Amino acid sequence: MTTTTGGAETAPSTIAKRRGPRILGKHPLGLLFSAPYLVFVLVVFAYPLVYAVYIAFHDYFFTAPGAVVDRPFVGLANFVDAFTDPDVIRSFGNVGIFLIINVPLTVVLSIVLASGLNKVTHLKAFYRVAYYIPYLTASVAVVAVWLFLFNGSGLVNQILGPLAPSPSWLINSHWAMPSIALFVTWKQMGFYILLYLAALQNVPNELYEAASTDGAGAIRKFFSVTVPGVRPATVLVLLVSTVTGANLFTEPYLLTNGGGPNGASTSPVLLMYQKGIEQGHPDEASAIGVVLVVLVLVIALLQNRFAGGKD
Amino acid sequence: MSKFQATLRSAVLALGALVFLFPFYYMIIGSLQTKQDASLGGAFPHPSNITGANYSAINDRINLFSGLLNSGIFTAGVLVCTLIFGVLVGYSLAVLQWRGRGVTFALALLVQVVPFQLLIIPLYVLITRTYGLGDNYLGMILPFAINSTAVIIFRQYFLQLPKELFEAARIDGANEFVLLWRIALPLVRPALVTAALLTFIGPWNEFLWPFLITKQASMQPLAVSLANYISNVAATASNPFGATLAGAVVLAAPVVVLFIVFQRYFISTDVGSSVKG
Repeated sequence: MTTTTGGAETAPSTIAKRRGPRILGKHPLGLLFSAPYLVFVLVVFAYPLVYAVYIAFHDYFFTAPGAVVDRPFVGLANFVDAFTDPDVIRSFGNVGIFLIINVPLTVVLSIVLASGLNKVTHLKAFYRVAYYIPYLTASVAVVAVWLFLFNGSGLVNQILGPLAPSPSWLINSHWAMPSIALFVTWKQMGFYILLYLAALQNVPNELYEAASTDGAGAIRKFFSVTVPGVRPATVLVLLVSTVTGANLFTEPYLLTNGGGPNGASTSPVLLMYQKGIEQGHPDEASAIGVVLVVLVLVIALLQNRFAGGKD
Repeated sequence: MSKFQATLRSAVLALGALVFLFPFYYMIIGSLQTKQDASLGGAFPHPSNITGANYSAINDRINLFSGLLNSGIFTAGVLVCTLIFGVLVGYSLAVLQWRGRGVTFALALLVQVVPFQLLIIPLYVLITRTYGLGDNYLGMILPFAINSTAVIIFRQYFLQLPKELFEAARIDGANEFVLLWRIALPLVRPALVTAALLTFIGPWNEFLWPFLITKQASMQPLAVSLANYISNVAATASNPFGATLAGAVVLAAPVVVLFIVFQRYFISTDVGSSVKG
């Protein structure tokens, strides 16, 4: 009884669907469900992205709402204006220093801590919380502590005694950028440990057992099984940490008081804020942004080429 | 596994935990000290040097309550939008078949690698100048309204539900809203918790965007007013160290408490899958 009614109901409905408009697929409702998100992506990402490029190539300035003004196309003039400014060149160099310190340190430390955490049985929940807390906490809140830990008479210098740099870390033009890189490494590490922990679940245990029977020690197993096994995660960590580094703003703004000393820790985004919004040159700021994104894309492609393998 | 290796591993992990947690301990201790003591002994202060005065000192300067309220409204707006619209997209990406599904999924992945900072100039122009939403909660919420990582997490969880479940319910005549609300959603509760936590920390901790579009102090989320205090006002306070750290504790506490309460629902593989797609 039930089977016959079931059959009788499904047959016409499939025919009806076949006859109906297939342009939108089997469940056109999917498009309706996704419409708010698609509008959101269009309004907040796609349109501003195009607009940013437009601003970068035009003589753009802030006007009162509704005012119609002429904004002529100026070709590369904004790029020339921005990149003949030594501060801008310096800020890109600073991000370079940042990435050279931050990215390798992040990959090495998070892979080591994640594989240790993966094998431990006691206190696992405690370690997970401990490692993740800096990532969860607002930069503004932890910056406050680091300011006091690393200032001239702060705890770090008290412990280091005569080894402390002078002037102190954040006001020393050699140490300002490396200090920021260390801070960000510390703050973001929990997220990358989590990514590696997830990736480690996919490394088959048999590989470790096989390596053991072949007489491999712990270190050999780490380099021959773990590291290749989590390579997709490494590609992802490289990408995310590079993008994070390129987006640096809060740390130089607060830790080194606006990119000090003397521009030794300015970042391109900090300059975008200063030039674009404080000084009213959004066109130059957009030009900086476009170059920044293109550079990030190039770095990401190179990383993918050399670290990605077949993935 | 030798005993030496196990000991070494424990030592490395414990050292890691110390490095990650000590600044937080120092934040709390510092916020309670009457006088700043930067020496090593200051990390273990004498009870006579403990006070709550720093909390009232920071409250006099930046009105913690209105800061928390603004952060709360900003975060709640993002959470509500993400939980409603994000679940709808996640469901239609995982369960429904429609034209444009592949493109929408690709967009959700792509959006996560677009550096938000490139967009600040056009978004600033559009939201403050064109739409006139400066110093406005809507303007604060809009760029963060639907968290794409949450969308991917929802999709991942809905994908894991057996296909037969949906087919059976459709045969019984359930429409898609009933299916989603009554059958699918109750089964993906862990995804809701993970996605809600991840979404929460975005706007709660965000500094740059609300900093750009709020000029009135009464509209600023706590992260912004605390940052302004650090960069402008702290120098003139009697115990800037204590007051700043008291503000930092108030800003950090809600997230840390939420995470500790919900951490057993928070599964690392969710986050992993979300970014791998």
